[in-house]
Amino acid sequence: MKRVYVNEQWCLGCHLCEYNCAWANSGITSMSSALKGKNIYPRIHVEGDDRITFAVSCRHCEDPMCVKSCIAGAIRKEDGVVRINRSKCVGCLTCVLVCPYGALAPAADGIMQKCELCLSNTCGEPACVKGCPNRAIVYEERGE
Amino acid sequence: MRRHIIIGNGTAAVGAIEGIRSMSSEDAITVVSRENHPVYSRPLISYYLEGKTDLERMLYRDADFYEKNGCEVIYGVSVEEIKPEAKEAVLSDGRHLPYDDICVAAGSSPFVPPMEGLESVEKKFGFMTLDDALSLEKAITPESRVFIVGAGLIGLKCAEGIHGRVGSITVCDLADRVLSSILDAECAGIVQKHLEANGISFLLADSVAKFEGNKAVMKSGAEVEFDVLVLAVGVRANIGLLKAIGGTVNRGIVVDEHMATSVGGIYAAGDCAEGYDSSLGANRVLAILPNAYMQGRTAGINMAGGEAVFDKGIPMNSIGFFGLHIMSAGTYDGEKKEIRKGEILKRFFVKDDRLLGYMLIGETERAGIYTALVREKTPLSELDFEAVMENAGSVVFSAEERRKKFGGAV
Repeated sequence: MKRVYVNEQWCLGCHLCEYNCAWANSGITSMSSALKGKNIYPRIHVEGDDRITFAVSCRHCEDPMCVKSCIAGAIRKEDGVVRINRSKCVGCLTCVLVCPYGALAPAADGIMQKCELCLSNTCGEPACVKGCPNRAIVYEERGE
Repeated sequence: MRRHIIIGNGTAAVGAIEGIRSMSSEDAITVVSRENHPVYSRPLISYYLEGKTDLERMLYRDADFYEKNGCEVIYGVSVEEIKPEAKEAVLSDGRHLPYDDICVAAGSSPFVPPMEGLESVEKKFGFMTLDDALSLEKAITPESRVFIVGAGLIGLKCAEGIHGRVGSITVCDLADRVLSSILDAECAGIVQKHLEANGISFLLADSVAKFEGNKAVMKSGAEVEFDVLVLAVGVRANIGLLKAIGGTVNRGIVVDEHMATSVGGIYAAGDCAEGYDSSLGANRVLAILPNAYMQGRTAGINMAGGEAVFDKGIPMNSIGFFGLHIMSAGTYDGEKKEIRKGEILKRFFVKDDRLLGYMLIGETERAGIYTALVREKTPLSELDFEAVMENAGSVVFSAEERRKKFGGAV
C-alpha cells in the first residue's frame, strides 16, 4: 500500500507540508482565504532541532494502537487507511496517549482529526507530498 | 466448526469477535449479553450526559456489526454457571448452551460498601452502565444537589458529565486526594484545584458514617444535604463463574499471555481478567478500554486456532476535566524526574535505564512517545531522554531508529 515516507536528510524545515495539509483539508478553494491570518491545525507536523528536521504524519500502521484503543470506536482501518469518524470522537485523547509516533493532534475544536492521505478531500493524493519542494516526503509503495 | 460463547457484550467481547473473524474463521459465535443494548462505548456515558455524544453515536460498532460478523446475541440474559465437563453454559433463562471455547468478558460490578441508612436514600445510582446514566439523567434537575461518593475516574467523570445540568455537586472520598489510583498527591492537588474552580466541592479523607434520607453524616462530623446520590466507590472484577468451578482467581480471573484461564477451553479478557502488567512485572487487573480490546482480540485469535500473545499490557489513562488534560501510564517507581512550566507538570519515573511510568498534567502532546518507551522498555541511554522529557518528539532517537519509524512500513 502507498504511504507517506520521510527522507529526513532532504527536509528543509520549511513547513510547507503543514500549510498544504491545512489547505487541502479546509474545503476552501483559495489558499489565502483558507490560511491567511488563521491558526492552522495540520495533520502533519515538522519536528526537529538545529541539525535535522522531518515531517511526521500517520503511519497507517499494520496493527494500529489508536484503532484498538479508541474509547468511542471512532477510529477504523478501511482499505489500509486509518480513518476517524469525527462525529463519534469526544476528544479524550486516548489515541494521543497510545500513538508511538506522536502523529495525532486534535483540531481547533478539541476533536481529533488525522491524516487520511487526502483520499477523501479534493486533492485526492497527499497534499503534503505534492507540495514538498525537495521530495523530503514521498507517497509510494515500500516493500511490505 | 467450533462453537464459541462470549460472556459479556462490551469492548473485550468485540475484541474477541474481531479476533475470531480475523482468522477467517467460520466458527459459530454466541454472545450472552446481560445488558439489553448492542455494544456501546461504556466510558462515553459521562459524555452522553454532557451532551457531547448521543445514543446513536456512542455505539462502539455499527448497527450491523453482529450480523456482519455472524454472531447470535442473546440479550437480557446472563450465564449462571459453566459446566466444563459437560462443556455447556447454563443461562439465566434455563437454556443450556454447548461450547468448545468460552471467552469470559463479563466486566466488573460496582462495589458498594455497607453504609448505615443507605436504604433510606430514595434517589441513588451507580455510574457504570448506560442504564445507570439514563436513570440518573431522569432523576436530576437544574436544582439538584448531587452527592457523589468516590473521587476516582468514574465519580469525577460523572461530576463533569452532569455539571451543567444540576445545582451543585459534592464529591467525597476515603482517600486524601482525587484520582488516587492514577495520581500522586501533588498532581491530584492540581486537578482538584481545577475541579474546584469549576464549582465542584470536595470532602476528602472522609467517608459516610450514615445516611438519613437526604442527608449524609460524615465520619468527620460534616453533614451533606443532597437530592441525588451517586455511588462510585469502586468496582470488583466479575470472577464468580470461574471461582465456582475452581478456576484460578485473584482480584480478577487469572489469565496467561494467551488469555487462557486455568480451566481448559475457557479464556478471559477485559475488566474481569487479571493479566500481565509489563510495567509492574506481575499480574494485575488493567481495567481500561484499550486493554479490554487487546485482551479480547488475543483470546479470540487463540479460540479460533491461531496463536496470539498479549504481554505488553500496561496501565494507562487519558482523561480530561473541563479542558484540563491528564495522562498517566506505567508504574510510579524509581527516580523521579520532572518538567514544570507554569501550570504544566510532567513527572517521569526512571529505573535501571528504563522509563517505568509518567504523569502529565496540562501538556499531553505526542505523549504516545512516552507510553511507547514504557511499553517497549526502551533503554533510555539510546536516546536523549532529557530532551524528550521537555518536548515529546522523535528527534531524540537515532537517525536509524527514525528511518525505521518514518521510512518503512510499521
